[in-house]
Amino acid sequence: MHTRREMLARSAKVAGLLAAAGFLPMSALAAWPQAAFDAKTMAEAVKALGGGAPAESKEVTITGPDIAENGAVVPVGAATGLPGVKRLLLLVEKNPNVLAAVFDLTDSVEANINTRVKMGQSSNVFAVAMMNDGKVLYAGKEIKVTLGGCGG
Amino acid sequence: MADPMRIRAQAAGDKVTVRVLMSHEMETGQRKDSAGKVIPAWFIQELTATHNGKTVLTAQWGPSISKNPFLQFVVKGAKAGDKVAINWVDNKGDKRTDEATVS
Repeated sequence: MHTRREMLARSAKVAGLLAAAGFLPMSALAAWPQAAFDAKTMAEAVKALGGGAPAESKEVTITGPDIAENGAVVPVGAATGLPGVKRLLLLVEKNPNVLAAVFDLTDSVEANINTRVKMGQSSNVFAVAMMNDGKVLYAGKEIKVTLGGCGG
Repeated sequence: MADPMRIRAQAAGDKVTVRVLMSHEMETGQRKDSAGKVIPAWFIQELTATHNGKTVLTAQWGPSISKNPFLQFVVKGAKAGDKVAINWVDNKGDKRTDEATVS
């Protein structure tokens, strides 16, 4: 006799396995990492992308304003001088889903990307560099927002 | 079909700085309309940048990238006259490709 709770736990597990095997229609694109974008913390997001535990590093830089007047448009940049960067991630800690963007780099581009993100409230913003040798390095910066970008 | 992107690619030495301004709503799926109904998410999911036909950068985006997204990156070993193309696909399957010549 299974309790309802057990059943739920089991079906969640099965759904997870199916999703991992690609049987469920996760999104219109197979390559888009749904699990990473659903993550609520940096560690979860990095793990979903196959990285290890992130370590803070001075070699990674994040650029952005100290105070953003409009949370809907916050210019941020992620950069590192280290060679062998596989991926750069941008995360906003207090957004509903922390991961904002994943950039898969090749040898032909510099590990220096700038874009603009939305921020619901004042929060830490992280730049994460996933290296070819498996290391995961990050840098963070607090950006204060005077007007949120996620409200209606 | 979405509006065209604005792409500027400027050479400095053997590096080319590419700036792209896309035209897209980038709806998060968190907001509600005046009737209190959730506006469904609509955002660019995948972006590919090519230099003379070779892929140099791919990106996966979430809904927390700003409306009308801006992207800047630097291509190494490129020169004036080269072609830089950007292609994106959003979560509704809509897509757009635009090309610019490095100046």
